[in-house]
Amino acid sequence: MGEPLIEFRKVTKRFGENIVLNGVDLKIYEGEVTTIIGLSGAGKSVLLKHIIGLMTPDEGEILFRGQSLAFMGEEERARNFAQISYMFQNNALFDSLTVYENVALPLTETTQLSRQEVHRKVIKRLEQMELMEAAEKYPSELSGGMQKRAALARALVTDPHIVLFDEPTSGQDPVRKNSILTMIAQYQKKFGFTAILVSHEIPDVYFISNRILALYHGKIVFQGTPEELEHFDHPFQDEVLKSLEELKQELTGLYSKRLFKAHYQSILKRKLGEEYFTAIVFTVEPPEGEIAYQVGTAIANCFSSRGGFTIRNEFSEFITFLPFTSLAEGEEMLRNFIDERLQELKLPAGVVLNAGLSGGHPGKEVKAIINEAKSELKAIFRF
Amino acid sequence: MGAAAIFFTLAFIKIFHPRQIRKILNHVYYIGANSTLIILLVGLFTGMVLGLQSYHALVKVGAQGALGTLVTLSLVRELGPVLTSIMITARAGSAITAEIGIQRISEQIDALSTMRIDPIRYLISPRIAASLISFPLLTALFDLIGIVGGYISGVLILGANAGTYLYRVQASTDMKDLTDGFIKALVFAAIVSGVCCYKGYFAHMRTDSHGAKAVGMATTSAVVTSCVLILVADYVVTSLLLI
Repeated sequence: MGEPLIEFRKVTKRFGENIVLNGVDLKIYEGEVTTIIGLSGAGKSVLLKHIIGLMTPDEGEILFRGQSLAFMGEEERARNFAQISYMFQNNALFDSLTVYENVALPLTETTQLSRQEVHRKVIKRLEQMELMEAAEKYPSELSGGMQKRAALARALVTDPHIVLFDEPTSGQDPVRKNSILTMIAQYQKKFGFTAILVSHEIPDVYFISNRILALYHGKIVFQGTPEELEHFDHPFQDEVLKSLEELKQELTGLYSKRLFKAHYQSILKRKLGEEYFTAIVFTVEPPEGEIAYQVGTAIANCFSSRGGFTIRNEFSEFITFLPFTSLAEGEEMLRNFIDERLQELKLPAGVVLNAGLSGGHPGKEVKAIINEAKSELKAIFRF
Repeated sequence: MGAAAIFFTLAFIKIFHPRQIRKILNHVYYIGANSTLIILLVGLFTGMVLGLQSYHALVKVGAQGALGTLVTLSLVRELGPVLTSIMITARAGSAITAEIGIQRISEQIDALSTMRIDPIRYLISPRIAASLISFPLLTALFDLIGIVGGYISGVLILGANAGTYLYRVQASTDMKDLTDGFIKALVFAAIVSGVCCYKGYFAHMRTDSHGAKAVGMATTSAVVTSCVLILVADYVVTSLLLI
């Protein structure tokens, strides 16, 4: 795996009598997405703040590319920290500046870029985050989700080599949570930065993470791939992972991809001759955030009330799985969805919703069913 | 005290960074221009009360001709710089502490650090520079309108001689009186901006309270400390200037 980009050796941090980090050892490698998981108050944010130098350890040392931060000169340390961007849990946007000014701030204050160049970069980020309409608004005028995206835009505007995300999806609805995690994964692949996330979104973060670090009672009790975590035999597994997954299922309409598979597979395993399933793939055109959000929410709400479960597979693609439903029943439910729900949606003229259905059979792979449904995609409603 | 001195010195040095002009002008507008009305009102009525009281006192000794001298020297040497500074402390100083305190507890200042923006340069230096510009200008305005207030009450209302009043204003004020007043205004500007920024910047380190309450306590403490220090510094500076 080579030399770690960041390494903690026996790092301890106390706040009064409270030991938050108790001899933490960890390694983070360049170009990967590393996610730190753990319960609230476990010290995940404190750990991130040590990486960027907002906090210093009481004991132990932190190494950056093999060199101890404690023995680095001021200039070298500043040079290393300059490669890092940090997205705060509570966004930390300047409330006296507009969204545009917030995103432009690191460029106007720390670079020699011309005003036009700054404008071009800021607009590009705002467009990517679907924030153009909010550019001249103040953070207090935005929803929690929009504030989060503005903070994300600010963190990425300097094209950093390392990005620390402190709970990037907190306060987001299920559709946007998937969207933000997908976006982080896409940007990470596109720009090649090292992403370090702190998240509760278990198991969704597994899909974008190369490595998982589990923080438990002040120590890193697990470092490895998401697959290895599945077989991790430790109290952390029961106390943290399962409880978070169950809570998520109870609270949201959308299923995580892992639960979606698990649910599907649990039904398939029964292999009863009379059981059948229907999968519906939806795509929305044009692929705009607000439109996809509204359609996705409508799909999730409608089909969950009929025993189905839905995930956002791509930015504007949703998959609904209807257990114990024949293809004919599925088509009927889709017609009802068009009549009952789609008519109520207030979307701009020209928006098209496509859908494709496929019948599932015991033993058939999820992917095969989805691909079959995709091949049947056709326009079912035009606004 | 030592920490506050280091904090102020660092912030003062960083005033001369190339990217500060626009921020300084914004704060001059907030601390200076937006305080104009309150300074005009306080200055006018201070001058009027001074004229009223002084006239009745001077009449008893038959020296009402010295009204212009008394009003002018009182305002230029003492009341102008002191009352201007106290009024700006109440209006802008408290707001500075509250704003910086909120930025501290909402991690906005930490966010600046992570963006490699020096928080002292970005937040504190422009406010100190703006105070050093605004305080003497507002003091001059206060002095001027106070003298007009003394004229209104002493001459227009009580009937003192207008020519004598204006002659005394001009004749009894020399350049040293004006420069001493402005030196005091600069000292008070440094005290008020330094104290208010310091209290806000370190609001999160208060041991008596946390969060929003800490910001409230820091604001109260900044106003009280500034006012007390203005009066203490007034005595010290006056003593030094009279040597």
